[in-house]
Amino acid sequence: MEWEVVIGLEIHAQLATKSKIFSGSSTEYGADANTQANIYDLGLPGVLPVFNEEALRMAVKFGLAIDAEIGMKSVFDRKNYFYPDSPKGYQITQLHEPIVGMGHIDIDLGEGKSRRINVTRAHLEEDAGKSVHEGFDGQSGIDLNRCGTPLIEIVSEPELRSSKEASAYFRKMQSIVMYLGICDGDLSQGSMRCDCNVSLRPKGQEEFGTRTEIKNVNSFKNVERAIEVEIERQMDILEDGGSIKQETRLFDADKNETRSMRSKEVENDYRYFPDPDLLPVIIDEEYVEAIRATLPELPEQKKARFEAEHGLSAYNASVLAANREMADYFEAAAGISGDYKMTANWVMGDLSAALNKNEISINEIPVSAEQLGAILKNVKGNDISNDGAKEVFNAIWQGKGSDVDQLIDQLGLKQVSDTSAIEAVVAQVLADNPKLVEGYLNTPEDKRAKAIGPFIGATRKAAKGVNPQVVMEVLKQKLNELG
Amino acid sequence: MHNKTLAQISQDLQAGEYSSVEVTQHFLDRIKNLDGQYNSFITVTDELALTQAKAADELRAAGNANEWTGVPMAHKDIFCTDGVRTSCGSKMLDKFIAPYDSTVADNFNKVGAVSLGKTNMDEFAMGSSSESSFYGAVKNPWSEEHVPGGSSGGSAAAVAARLAPGITATDTGGSIRQPASFCGVTGIKPTYGRVSRFGMISYASSLDQGGPIARTAEDAAMMLNVMAGFDKKDSTSIERDVPDYRADLNKSMKGMTIGLPKEYFSKDLDPVMAQTIQDAIKEYEKMGATLKEISLPNTNLCVPAYYVIAPSECSANLSRMDGVRFGHRCEDPKDIEDLFKRSRSEGFGDEVQRRIMLGSYALSAGFYDAYYKKAQQVRRLIKNDFVAAFNDVDVIMSPVAPSPAFKFGEKSKDPVSMYLEDIYTLSTNLAGLPGMSIPAGMINDLPVGLQLIGNYFDESRLLNCAHQFQNATDWHTKTPTGLK
Repeated sequence: MEWEVVIGLEIHAQLATKSKIFSGSSTEYGADANTQANIYDLGLPGVLPVFNEEALRMAVKFGLAIDAEIGMKSVFDRKNYFYPDSPKGYQITQLHEPIVGMGHIDIDLGEGKSRRINVTRAHLEEDAGKSVHEGFDGQSGIDLNRCGTPLIEIVSEPELRSSKEASAYFRKMQSIVMYLGICDGDLSQGSMRCDCNVSLRPKGQEEFGTRTEIKNVNSFKNVERAIEVEIERQMDILEDGGSIKQETRLFDADKNETRSMRSKEVENDYRYFPDPDLLPVIIDEEYVEAIRATLPELPEQKKARFEAEHGLSAYNASVLAANREMADYFEAAAGISGDYKMTANWVMGDLSAALNKNEISINEIPVSAEQLGAILKNVKGNDISNDGAKEVFNAIWQGKGSDVDQLIDQLGLKQVSDTSAIEAVVAQVLADNPKLVEGYLNTPEDKRAKAIGPFIGATRKAAKGVNPQVVMEVLKQKLNELG
Repeated sequence: MHNKTLAQISQDLQAGEYSSVEVTQHFLDRIKNLDGQYNSFITVTDELALTQAKAADELRAAGNANEWTGVPMAHKDIFCTDGVRTSCGSKMLDKFIAPYDSTVADNFNKVGAVSLGKTNMDEFAMGSSSESSFYGAVKNPWSEEHVPGGSSGGSAAAVAARLAPGITATDTGGSIRQPASFCGVTGIKPTYGRVSRFGMISYASSLDQGGPIARTAEDAAMMLNVMAGFDKKDSTSIERDVPDYRADLNKSMKGMTIGLPKEYFSKDLDPVMAQTIQDAIKEYEKMGATLKEISLPNTNLCVPAYYVIAPSECSANLSRMDGVRFGHRCEDPKDIEDLFKRSRSEGFGDEVQRRIMLGSYALSAGFYDAYYKKAQQVRRLIKNDFVAAFNDVDVIMSPVAPSPAFKFGEKSKDPVSMYLEDIYTLSTNLAGLPGMSIPAGMINDLPVGLQLIGNYFDESRLLNCAHQFQNATDWHTKTPTGLK
């Protein structure tokens, strides 16, 4: 039977507020355990939550960025469950009236192709603390530093149809929240986490199959892998005539499998109800418009502009626009080089390769956009070759210098493009190699292009830094004059 | 000295009649000698009180005193007090030393008042008799066989027994007014949002409100001046100017209209109680007020709505008592589930467990709409009844409770009859209105209170009405028989 895959993602993104969503504690990552937990975070008796408005502004900003309905009235609810790292015995979240309603994003599927995915909602909630199971002699430790960090939970419609689409969606969400400056997008520190809901249905059937939820997947690659193995697992069961149990599963990256965590039947009844300690959050058009005015150019808009203004291909435009820092770097460098396409190729090619090799981000790159722009300006002016450009780029990277022109001189990369000077050298090369000349002249017309190679080599050896294009022209002309 | 009111003690201190250390020691001695009888205090902070009193006397000597400097008072043990055990009457918090001050406690500290200690109460404020405290039942100073009311029974009994001139309390469904009525003292529950709930251990967040219990309306006004005010640490507190609650005490009652809800004076009301309340209200007629029968048609829905909303909220509010970070923890838990279950089963008393279960049930999937949501809709109807009534009248009067103090054990084995104790007081919590209880008569040698209900933020008018009544009558000056 042919199966259709149905995937919906729930992405948790930590908001980059300075303090927590309902308390004044710092949200900074990596501090000593429990040093960023105050009486509120500890859930002491009598302590009350006070909503951090910065989290509201960020959530509204996100809603506007995905063209969503903004909840002019949103309500905080209590989700009740006992867990040692949830100090109050309930999590404050938004169930029925979230701050962000239905919106959508366009995901990039490579080669400039994209697809629109609807986003059901995004709501504000508080993060839990962490249980630490090692180093406590058989007991568990609780670290409440993360407890109360503001989150938005972004829920997609079940419209994703493959693991690739799912990871493209996750990537796009990361790109958007980073553009907005509302989340640092750091997956390795858990700033963004993803739950994947996966089900299969016979192709053509409208009704959804039973889904499983894979919790807390923390990288793009693992989203793809987890979904793929889960699809395979479900398909095996269904093909054998079995049925899928609705449950929560965990992805084990080492074993490349998903494992049952708990089944829905024994799951908590969360007994949601509106939190009586917090008032409904009411905002007006004016408030929303003031936030809209602060929206930066978003990936989609940037991509369109790169295509229209700079003549980039849809693919190049979408790759460059995906990362705000990368896009800014590209535009700054291209503005100096004067050649957007060449700069785009460079940034996506050599520069990205160097970043990957060194495992650093664009923010940490040792070659500034201004320096790259200056290098490429030289290439465009035929003053250095593309190989020469790589040499200068590497030299700056390795800290051998910072002034592009100086480095070109030092490394002797300046190309000789003066035809008369090259003509003299070529004449000498031809005079020194009569046998080669003879061989060339005996070569049939259609094979001469290959036979010209040794002359180019000899010319460049005789005079370093000559422009190979000019050498080629001159050689052809001179040899043709001979025969 | 102990028969003096807060206002008199304040004046005496200002006049140098005695020092704060002297008056504080006097009350501490009384507590020590007499409270064995009443069990109205859970914790007495002798040392701290004397340190505060000494500091107050120094402040006065330096010429920096105000009317509160060195005035002794106490707190219901539901208000967190920095460095002092805050038990909420529960085994669960028997060893809990609060590391911070509630806003109410902080306010009294800031004006220089002296705190004598923490008063006894029904466990987590759930009860109408103060029998459910982990620290034992509180006795009514008027009769040891009778309960003092609850949940602020310790505060009311201690004021009645002259162990402190004024004590803070809280009221979720009548917990200030009913014990005030049973003990013959004066108490006011302000408008919801008037007094900060920060640091006041939550029972039912949308109903809880702090207020004072004292002997006179003037003292209650003096305390409310300290307690009331916006607090950014409590999102439900209301940003609105606080008047001087003593400013209007002497306004005339002429031209005032008093509403008498016919549902509160139905044939179900005990005739003796009805007569006592009618007699009290006649005093207002004598002072120039007019009476008007009004209707609060949804009165019969108050008890069921309250006993859905309050347990629902408490079921979540008390979840933080899980044995993990503070409070009672069971011995040798075998896993986390066992730790939660046994810590909570051992730490909470029967009534608390009963309400947590009630609330958990009402909030369960599939029942939410039928119970919690419906109860909130009913709450709106109850509020609308009052809003309509206050178009026609200035203040509403009624009994506080169906009867004077009942005997120990009389209702504690029948939860529903205990719940009906609050039938006249719950409505103001559901509507968020201010309500007051003032001594207004005696039945079988036990005091009986008159309830005054005001419009939103009309505490000044309630205190004014109460003060005028106390100028015209002497019920509030009556002393429990045999009191030393």
